[in-house]
Amino acid sequence: MTTWPILSVVTFLPLVGALLIYLVPRVDGEPERLNVRVIALGTTLITFAVSVLLVLRFDPGQTDFQFVEKSNWLAAGISYHMGVDGISLPFVILTTALMPFCIVASWKSVTNRLREYMMAFLILETLMVGTFSALDLVLFYLFFEGGLIPMFLIIGVWGGPRRVYASFKFFLYTLLGSVLMLLAIMALYWNAGTTDIPTLMHTAVPRSLQTWAWLAFFASFAVKMPMWPVHTWLPDAHVEAPTAGSVILAAILLKMGGYGFLRFSLPMFPLASHDFAPLVWTLSAVAIIYTSLVALMQEDIKKLIAYSSVAHMGFVTMGIFAGTMQGVAGGVFQMISHGIVSGALFLCVGVVYDRMHTREIAAYGGLVNRMPIYALVFMVFTMANVGLPGTSGFVGEFMTLLGTFKVSIPTAFFATFGVILSAAYALWLYRKVVFGALTKPSLASIKDLTWREGVILFPLVALTILFGVYPKPILDMSAASVQQLVTNYNTAVTAVKAAALLQ
Amino acid sequence: MIENLGPQLWVVLPELLLALGAMALLMLGAFRGQGTTGIVTGLAVVLLIVVGILVLRQQGGQAFGGSFIADSYARFLKILAIIGSAATLIMSAEFLSKPDRRIFEYAILVLLSTLGMLVLISAGDLISLYLGLELMSLALYVVAASHRDNVKSTEAGLKYFVLGALSSGMLLYGASLIYGFTGTVSFAGIAAATKTGSVGVIFGLVFLFAGMCFKVSAVPFHMWTPDVYEGAPTPVTAFFASAPKVAALAVFARVALTAFPGITFQWQQIIVFVSIASMALGSFAAIGQTNIKRLMAYSSIGHMGFALVGLAAGTVEGAQGVLTYIAIYVAMTLGSFAVIMAIKRNGQSFEKISDFAGLSRTNPLLAFFFAMLLFSLAGIPPLAGFFAKWYVFVAAIKAGLFTLSVIGVLTSVVGAYYYLLIVKTMYFDEPLSTLDPVRIELRTVLAISGVFNILFFAYPGPLVSAAAAAAKSLF
Repeated sequence: MTTWPILSVVTFLPLVGALLIYLVPRVDGEPERLNVRVIALGTTLITFAVSVLLVLRFDPGQTDFQFVEKSNWLAAGISYHMGVDGISLPFVILTTALMPFCIVASWKSVTNRLREYMMAFLILETLMVGTFSALDLVLFYLFFEGGLIPMFLIIGVWGGPRRVYASFKFFLYTLLGSVLMLLAIMALYWNAGTTDIPTLMHTAVPRSLQTWAWLAFFASFAVKMPMWPVHTWLPDAHVEAPTAGSVILAAILLKMGGYGFLRFSLPMFPLASHDFAPLVWTLSAVAIIYTSLVALMQEDIKKLIAYSSVAHMGFVTMGIFAGTMQGVAGGVFQMISHGIVSGALFLCVGVVYDRMHTREIAAYGGLVNRMPIYALVFMVFTMANVGLPGTSGFVGEFMTLLGTFKVSIPTAFFATFGVILSAAYALWLYRKVVFGALTKPSLASIKDLTWREGVILFPLVALTILFGVYPKPILDMSAASVQQLVTNYNTAVTAVKAAALLQ
Repeated sequence: MIENLGPQLWVVLPELLLALGAMALLMLGAFRGQGTTGIVTGLAVVLLIVVGILVLRQQGGQAFGGSFIADSYARFLKILAIIGSAATLIMSAEFLSKPDRRIFEYAILVLLSTLGMLVLISAGDLISLYLGLELMSLALYVVAASHRDNVKSTEAGLKYFVLGALSSGMLLYGASLIYGFTGTVSFAGIAAATKTGSVGVIFGLVFLFAGMCFKVSAVPFHMWTPDVYEGAPTPVTAFFASAPKVAALAVFARVALTAFPGITFQWQQIIVFVSIASMALGSFAAIGQTNIKRLMAYSSIGHMGFALVGLAAGTVEGAQGVLTYIAIYVAMTLGSFAVIMAIKRNGQSFEKISDFAGLSRTNPLLAFFFAMLLFSLAGIPPLAGFFAKWYVFVAAIKAGLFTLSVIGVLTSVVGAYYYLLIVKTMYFDEPLSTLDPVRIELRTVLAISGVFNILFFAYPGPLVSAAAAAAKSLF
């Protein structure tokens, strides 16, 4: 069907863009900056266009991996193996679709060391797309961990006042979780003789190894996700990162954790996943309630959204480990929806931050009087964050709750409180920032959205509402793969239960 | 025996050539005076390259009744040691160009030390082991003190000598015990005699290993490393950190794997302990350092710990891991020291980590390569350092050394902290004044090492398969 390696092109095209940016003549001034920006934007747009081809040629009925590329790499059993299925493709598209927005969002706000900034973002894009399309564990780890380097630099060089602390915390926290996963990958390698993901999915893993490997993978993904109680790096990283960095962090990097659970934990260690599911549910429910309460107390807009992200990711982990069709599909949908909504919320914060250079909630108020369009846009995303029916946020939360209800009523019961609490903090934030009289003199001359900001935000508004009323495109894309995942998972679990009964 | 001396000499041809060449250059320097420093150094590099090519093209074989083994294991490591020596000689050009440091003996000592390394790497019995080790070490003691008007440099040389002599003593004591209990000095003979470990042999083994640990600067025999690294002139430190480490690790692995395969379980415990202690000390002690050379010393202690993880496995995969690790380590170290030597302002060298502040703005390319080397030393993919760690830990996991592996990867996270501190200084802090133009030889070494480091992931095949073939020849 395809004669050219379309997936590799999507993955490595941004890298080519980064090289081009490096080669832009150094004249120091506005023309050079413009060149850099245009190349970055052009690269991300072309990458997105190529990734749309993936969607067009994707056959959602098939459960196998598609667009597969395989060639020799490190050793026997460790190869360069790429491919996507219905679970990974939405994330690839999410990544390539959001990158142009990030570039445009940084158009004017970043002037300091612009060249390095754009290069870091493009390299990060390569690593993110690679993470979602790698079909070899070592290759996956390479992309997964490699992303730390550009993100570390993005937070540390272009971040806020406490950027050094935040970048170190981000890097070391994530690395600590991941090195244990690396050991588990090695153990799996010796168990199966390969790190090929499709092969490993069909290789039985001994019970004891399943337990340890599950815990090791969990250490990595729980930090990345992040789950309570290892979420503390996220608020710091979000607050200090530049706007586009926060967007990438919230919209895509967090999803790697959830993707990891779907790609590895559930299919490769079904028994361990089943054993540990109550633990995950508990942590998820705690995360949903606790971080929502914490969000209520925040004074910094970005921090509030960061805590709300942790709560929303709680729904995802809960849904995934419910192991039901609704739960897993809801988890996938919730991640995509959260990618759009939280990314958009951080962009909204960026809009006012660029004008006022503060993120204190108390510094704002009454923006609706001067910024009606902004107020409208911000409202849509706030409602989506709350999970109002008709926005994409509702579909994911509803499906994960539904899926969990079938297996654990207490978890679903407690998690539902999150829906109420999220309304509380999100509406409170919206009231404080947007409503009320515009009394603060510093806000008196604030301008509404520029056309550039409108170009970023309006498509996201459209997507949020579109997926809210018509979630079918995403659900259909992933349906077959999710179905297969859930079937395999339940077959493995029931087989063991039956064996236990026979004894 | 006389009639087949010819083929035997053929086996030691590279070593013979190196020895004769070093003596010829010594004559040149001795009769023509210190003015020949540049020529002697240049010719020494050429000589090393020629010897390297000879080693590469050599057929395998044994000489002198098995005392000298030229197998593919030896070839791999010899090439590495020669690269390390040649690169550091090239990088020494500026150090030697100062009027008060025109010492042609420097290059000759490096050559002789390299000769010692080659003998050491090929050692097939305890006698040639000691011969090579002492030839290497004696030259190193003098090189450490080569900046002889500098107190720190002479102190470093003296410290290294005293502690080195102590370790040689221990090694000899261990060797004599082993000879006493097995009745042979050849590794093959010892292996045959130690199918089961008697207490005497194990006693000797401990002393022998203590001496080896000193040479690879593994905890608890690491005390000399920070002082010597800091005190010696920077090109010499770069030399210490690369080639001698290769040779010492090479013979360590060869002795452990070929002379004592029957009592693997016994020596494995020693290596596991030494490895854990080195990794932990290397990570934790480096955190407080402000001098970059001291920090590199602790970093190298940690890295030796990681390399020993592979040896601890005691398997062919483990040996392959050690070889891959040391090869990548040499590349990273040479590049890092090229950067350290490039930190010069108004003709003066700086060694504090704070002197790297804002390097990413004043010298972006230098800072980028160094940052990548540091991430690589921390073992972050997709850089070469990650693959080095992959191969040693994958061997350890296969051998069932889970505790060692978990402690190892956790200390690597601690280690990442101090590498990140340097990256932070270069990228996040405000810049200082610009550096002097970086010399061409430093740029070349840095570029080669940096590109190797960044692009290793794209084409790992040659190094990995060479290491695999070399490891197989030990078993």
